[in-house]
Order: sequence, then structure tokens, then C-alpha cells
Amino acid sequence: MARDIDTLAEEIQGPSPAAILRRRVFGHYGLLFGVTALLIIVALAILAPLLAGHDPYAQSLVARMKPPFWMEGSDPNHLLGTDHLGRDYLARLLYGARISLAIGLIAAFISGLIGTTMGVAAGYFGGRVDLVVTFLVNVRLAMPVVLVALAVVAVLGGSLQVVIVVLGFLLWDRFAVVMRSSTLQVRGLEYVNAAKAIGCSTRRIILSEIMPNILNNLIVVMTLEMAHAILLEAALSFLGLGVQPPTPSWGLMISEGKQMMLFEPWVIAIPGVALFILVLAINLLGDGLRDITAPENRS
Amino acid sequence: MSAAGSSPPVLELAGVTKTYRVKQGLFSRPKPLQAVGGVDLRIRKKDVLGLVGESGCGKSTLAKILLGLEAPTSGRVMVDGIEAAGQDRTLLARRIQPIFQDPYSSLNPRKSIEDIIALPLVVHKVGDSAGRAQAVSKMLDLVGLPQRVRRGYPNQLSGGQRQRVAIARALVMKPEIVICDEPTSALDVSVQSQILNLLGDLREELSLTYLFISHNLAVVEHLATRVAVMYLGRIVEEAPAADLFAEPRHPYTKALLASVLTPDPSMSVPDTHLGASYPNPIAPPSGCHFHPRCAAVRDICKTVPPPHVSDTKGHVDCHLYAERTQAA
Amino acid sequence: MSEEPILAVEGLTIDIPLAQGTLHAVRGIDFELNRGETLCIVGESGSGKSLTSLAVMGLLPKRLECAARKLAFRGTELQGQPASAMRQLRGNRMAMIFQEPMTSLNPAYTIGDQLAEALLLHRRVSKAEARARAVELLGKVGITAAESRLSQYPHQLSGGLRQRVMIAMALMCEPELVIADEPTTALDVTIQAQILRLLVDLQREMNMAMILVTHDLGVVARVADKVAVMYAGEVVEQGTAKEIFEHPSHPYTQGLLRCIPVPGRTKPGEHLGSIPGIVPSLIGKVEGCAFRTRCDLAESACAKPVPIHRTQGGHAWRCIHSDTERVPA
Repeated sequence: MARDIDTLAEEIQGPSPAAILRRRVFGHYGLLFGVTALLIIVALAILAPLLAGHDPYAQSLVARMKPPFWMEGSDPNHLLGTDHLGRDYLARLLYGARISLAIGLIAAFISGLIGTTMGVAAGYFGGRVDLVVTFLVNVRLAMPVVLVALAVVAVLGGSLQVVIVVLGFLLWDRFAVVMRSSTLQVRGLEYVNAAKAIGCSTRRIILSEIMPNILNNLIVVMTLEMAHAILLEAALSFLGLGVQPPTPSWGLMISEGKQMMLFEPWVIAIPGVALFILVLAINLLGDGLRDITAPENRS
Repeated sequence: MSAAGSSPPVLELAGVTKTYRVKQGLFSRPKPLQAVGGVDLRIRKKDVLGLVGESGCGKSTLAKILLGLEAPTSGRVMVDGIEAAGQDRTLLARRIQPIFQDPYSSLNPRKSIEDIIALPLVVHKVGDSAGRAQAVSKMLDLVGLPQRVRRGYPNQLSGGQRQRVAIARALVMKPEIVICDEPTSALDVSVQSQILNLLGDLREELSLTYLFISHNLAVVEHLATRVAVMYLGRIVEEAPAADLFAEPRHPYTKALLASVLTPDPSMSVPDTHLGASYPNPIAPPSGCHFHPRCAAVRDICKTVPPPHVSDTKGHVDCHLYAERTQAA
Repeated sequence: MSEEPILAVEGLTIDIPLAQGTLHAVRGIDFELNRGETLCIVGESGSGKSLTSLAVMGLLPKRLECAARKLAFRGTELQGQPASAMRQLRGNRMAMIFQEPMTSLNPAYTIGDQLAEALLLHRRVSKAEARARAVELLGKVGITAAESRLSQYPHQLSGGLRQRVMIAMALMCEPELVIADEPTTALDVTIQAQILRLLVDLQREMNMAMILVTHDLGVVARVADKVAVMYAGEVVEQGTAKEIFEHPSHPYTQGLLRCIPVPGRTKPGEHLGSIPGIVPSLIGKVEGCAFRTRCDLAESACAKPVPIHRTQGGHAWRCIHSDTERVPA
């Protein structure tokens, strides 16, 4: 066969996608910090029963408002002190991490599912579908999230489940917008046309040609919305319309501590700092993921 | 000279028209844009039909219609005498496959080379995984790629290697017709010749039929057996390649050939006498669409659409030749 | 030499610092350009031809390291000139025409504003005078109804017209040197011929020096007085267009010319020549002839520094072989 075997001389150039990813991950300190902090928080939340040493619900009227370990009069039994009902603050903080993470993950998952479906459909099919989705996004954007959440929670009553579902159904707008524009971009590329010409079904084109190439954007929005949901839950709980007492939630801890704020600022500072670190970690992770999954610069 | 009727056409287009509706302003009514207007074409087995024309002349739209990516507004596309329009896209996909221009965007960056080449087999449920792996090996050999690239990803390959992968993907289902849409224009000169050689060899080995779309006339002359010249959605001239390049008939073909820059240092840049502007396809010129840029324009061209003059070689749509045939 | 060259470049190197090491994109190139001459720099992607033209204009990104023994415009050394002096030269004494007319024009301003700005920046003229000059030049580049075009925006023009506007803009201040980087690559063949014709005519009329960067050998043959063939950051062969096309002496130039189908010379359907292999990586130390990995004539001596052969006519090539034409084509 008279074939140009000359290409046999050509070496595969450049590192594999996995190698590029590895190089980028370990060169990105923000991402490394975010991942580490997040992993620690997740581990603490999972291992809460082992680490806390106290029941987060157990009250003790004799041990109320014990200060944390760095202050005078602290109790070595309660490292981070106790709250106004004598509940161990460390235990409540650790169990509270479970609430925050669950809310962030589940709410971002629900809204991700809704928003991605709408966005990909709008971007891929265009026309009427696009008009409808764009209209729905505009309607959603016209609604103030906090006020709507407040109203719904006020009607249905506050509970963990209600907060998760309400946030899940409110935070899909950014998913829809980002997924729509990424789909539009990828849809115009020739490998999608090639897949159509091969005879691929629409389902296969969307799932195996388009989705893998917009997944990076999805993950980034996912992290942003996770942080967003966690903050909103804290805000709702602070206003008394989120997670209900005695469930340990960071927002609730801040809310319950607000009477003592002036005398015992640590009551607010401890859950506040925890919230800050979690949201920062998630945002750093999101930023990092965006950077490392960006297409390799050619030339 | 081989007569046009010696073997039945493997691909036949009859009166294929594609009209888009474009909105120009926010409140204006959409206007029709005829991207392809009444195209008749017959491609016989093992022919290479070169399709040439300026950007916006409708050659890419025509390719999309043939690939089933767009439906024609009217007219018929027939493959082996069987009407293709309205057929299931999967049936057409086994017979017609594309090779696109830009090998950087025609391969999914998230898939391995093996998955890319095997995709048509998976979609059409051909063979089991072992059989597919074997088919991929065979295709890699066929297009001159080393076996070790199969686990690689598109970003690890050079432009020429990527284009070979695209060719392998197009040929793995053993199609009869390959639509090559500017397959070498994104490649470097030295790589371009390798791909052209490969396409030529594959045509011989696999008895392929090509529709070869290109703006590079030297490449078309090198590879094509017949050439169709498109202008504003219509095929204004069609003839065997040797005849068309030796003796172009339509004034537009003449102008196109005159603007080819052969690497001859003793010659200067030609003066093509073509007016600068390509007409707006939403408001095409009256009569013969080419008349505002034509060097041989006459009064009749401005009002009357040109006649379709066919002979044994092919056809030309031009008033100049209508009179000659009448006079003869 | 009675007259000083418009542009003299000696030992130009451009390095790109990368995470994996330094990429030696341009490695010691020399060329000279006189008034009224056209130099075509031809090469494939990655050969360093565009970087070279940007270096002459002083438009290289800051992170690239550029050095030369000599980089002189009309006898004045450009290296070490303050940024303000370079700005004075650019657009005034030397101008550049880019490949993509769509992105090189600012979509927010009218054609007239953009044309006039080039002149107002460098000359003490009134707005009316600048407009008049813009109309004059639009006429010169073959744009009809120039007066009415002034108030149009770039998106209202076709690709060919936009490239004409770009040319007009480059010529507003009557530069002595024009650098055109692939000016016709994005255009149709018919438009390409017109634009090149226009460039050549204007260059003669205004007696400018022109550098045309391209990968298209057809364009080179028709336009160039002098040709520099670049491969992997080096000029491997340099000479008049006639010499390059009729007596190509570097194996790479010979290979390139065999790769392109030439009506009348190559038989339709026959195999074209090809250059096996790929361009070597220029990261890290590069020694000897960079083409040796793809060359039929490669010997062990090619890994050592390669001599340059020169003929009396100024034809020069960088190869260990002084007579490569004995090679069967």
C-alpha cells in the first residue's frame, strides 16, 4: 500500500489531558487551599460524632456561657465553650457543618439539574425553546431571592427540607444562563456537525458530545451556587425563617448569640468564622476549577 | 472522453433550493435569502467533483444539505437513485460522510482518538467491542497513523494528524461518498500535500466518490475530475476538470481562473477586472446575478436570467453561449 | 551602497520564556530592505515569521525577549528607543496591515474617524484636512463613493472593503515601510488578487519598502523582489524571487515547492511531493540544522553549526551542501 508512512516518524506531541490537569492542579495554590480546607470541613462534619464528645442537643443549666479555651475561665471539657443553654459549642459547630454542607450540596444539585436542563435545551434547540427559557430566566431574575424564600418559608413553615427545596428552586438562573451560552458555543463547533452527520441521536449528541465540553462551566457555577445557598440558609436561619431550633445550624447559632454579641463576641465570631472559611474554600475551589479546566492555550 | 451517461450517478441533485428567512432589523419583516437556488448535479462513482466559488456562494449550505444537516426547501437529493431527503438520517450517514475544514474543531477534545474513530460504529451498532477495536486499527493503518495514537487525545496531535483522524472517522463506515469541505485550507503547505495524496490514494483503493469543496483552484485542478462553479447559490458552469481549466466558458469562471496565483516569479499579480463587491444575497442583482461584475456584460444580462446551456461536456448558464448555440 | 537601507536587521533573536523552558522562536536572522523593495517572508506556522514582523514594529508582547545586533530603521537603531519615539514612528514612518480586517478595525468608530485619527496623531493638520486625505486615500485603494463611506462603520463593509480600509489607514502618513502580515489570507481568491494588485501598485507609486509575511508561495512569486524562507526560527534561504523559485537551494525550499500543485507542472491526480515529519521543538538548546530531522540529505555534519553559502547575486542558503540541486526532485 502506497501510504505516507512518514507520519510514523511523528511523535505524539504534548502531554495527555490528565498530565496537563495534574500540572495545573499542583501549580494553583488557591485551588489547593480551597480543596484542603473543604476536605477538612467535610471530614470534620462526617466524623462529628467521634470528635464532638458531646451531644449537640444536651443542655446543661449549670454550664451556661462557658468561654472558649483561649479565654479565662474556660472549661477543658468544652473547648469552644457552651451557649446560653449550656450546649457544647464545638459539638454544635461540627453538627452545624453537616447542615451547611447538606444544604449547599443538595440545593446546588437541584438548581443545577433545573438550570442545566433549561440552559442546554435553550442553547441546543434554540427558537421557541430558547424564547421560553429566556423568559423564565427573566421572570426568575425579577424575583428577589431572599424575599421569595422568606414568603415561602413563612407559608410552609421553616424546616431543613423546606429551606433546601426552596433554595434549590430559586438558584437555577445562573445555571440556565451559563449553560445556555456554553451550549450555544459548543453547538456551532464542527465535531457536533460531524456527530450529526454520523447519525447520532440528539440524546447522544447532547450527552456525549456537548455535556463533556461544558462540564467545566457547570462545576464552576455549581460551587458558586453552593456557597450562595449556604449563605442564604444562614441568613434565613438568622431571621428565624430557616432551620428551626434546636437543630444546630451556623446561621441559627449566630442568631441565638446575637443578644450576647456585645458582651461575649466569640458567640458570634466562632460560627461566623466557620461560615467564612467554608464559603471562601468553596469559592477558591470554584475559581481554581475554572482556571485549570480552561482550554490549553495553543501556540 | 468519457460520456456523461456511461454509469448511473451515485449522487444526484435535482432543483435543490434552500431559502432562509433573515431578519435585518428588529421590526422589519424577515426577508428570504436564497442560499442555494435550483442546483442540478450528477456525480458518478469515483468522480471527484470540485465545487468552487467565493465565500457566501452557498457551497457550504449545499454540503450541509447533502449531509442531511439541513433540509432543502425544495428539490430532490438522490443517492444511488433513491430519494435521500426525508429518509432517516442514519441511513444516509452510512453512505455520505464529511471531512471538515478545521481539524482543531472537528474532533471532540474530550474523547480519545479510538473513541472518535469508533463512534460511527457504536452509533450504528456495528460489531462488538473487539470488532470495533480491530476496525480502528485498520483505519489507523489506512490513513497512515501509528497505532499508539489510539489512546491519545486530539490536543496531542498535529493539524495533519488530526485531519487523518477525521478522515479515518469518515471512512470507518465504508461510505460511498465523502464530502470534503476545504479539507486542507487550515493546514500548512507541506501537510496539505500529504493529505491530498492520502485522499487520492483512498479514492483509488476504496472506490470513493468525492465532493471536494475548495477555494484553492490549484488544488481542485489537481484532484478533481469534474468542476462546478457556484455563484450566488447557482451553479453557473459545470464541466470536466480538464476542459474547464483549459477552456473556461462562463465569464465568472474566467475571472476566477485569472486570479489564481501560480508560483511563477516572471509574472505579476493579475488584474481581474472584477468589481470589488460580492452582491448582497438578500437582494440579488436582476437578470444574470453576475452582470454587475461581468466584463462581457450586455443589455440582455441586466434583465433576463441567463439560459441553461447544456452540451456533452456539461453546462453553462450564460447569455453569451445561448446565442452561439442558436446560431449554430 | 549609495543609499542607506530602509531597514537593516542583523542577528535578531526572540525568546519566549515558558514553564517548560525557553522557546527560541527566532534564532539569529538577518535581512536588509531598500526603498521601493518588497521582501516576502515565507514560512509555515511556527516558523517565527509573524514574530519577526512584530519585532520590527516594536509590537512584541513584553514577556518575550527580543535582541539583535542591529535593528535599524533608516540608520537609526530602534533598540533602546523610548516608547514615545517608537509610537512616533509607528503609523507614521512605518505601518502595519494585519491579517484579520474584521478585528483590526475598531467597531465603535466610523471609518472616517479611524482614518483621520492616524493622521491627526502624527501630523499638525486640521480635522478637515485629515478628512480630505482620508477621502483621497479611500479613492486610491479603489473604494467608490469615498465621501459617503467615511460615516460608515466597519461592520457595514465586506471583508475585501475592510482590508482596503486597513490599507488606506496604513498609508495615511505616507510611511516608508509597510509590513503586511498575511494581508489576503482571510479573503477570497478574486479579492486576494485585487488586494495584492493594489498593494503592489501603491508600493510602486509611493516608492515604499514593503515586508509581506505569507505562507502562500503563489503570492510570494508574484509580489516579491526578495524572498526570505523561514524554517523553525531561522532564515534558511534568501535571494531574489527568481533565484528562489528557479534555483531553490535549501532542501526545505525545494521540498515546499514540490508540495504545491502547479497547473501545467504537476500532473492532476499524481502524488505531490511531501516533507515527512514535523517541525522540531524549539524549547531548550537548538543546535545544527533544524531541518535535518526531515531532510533527505541529512548527514552527521548537520548536527554541527551549519555554514551559509552565498553567491555573488546575494542568494544565500544555510546548508552543509553547497550544491543541493543534484538531488533528484
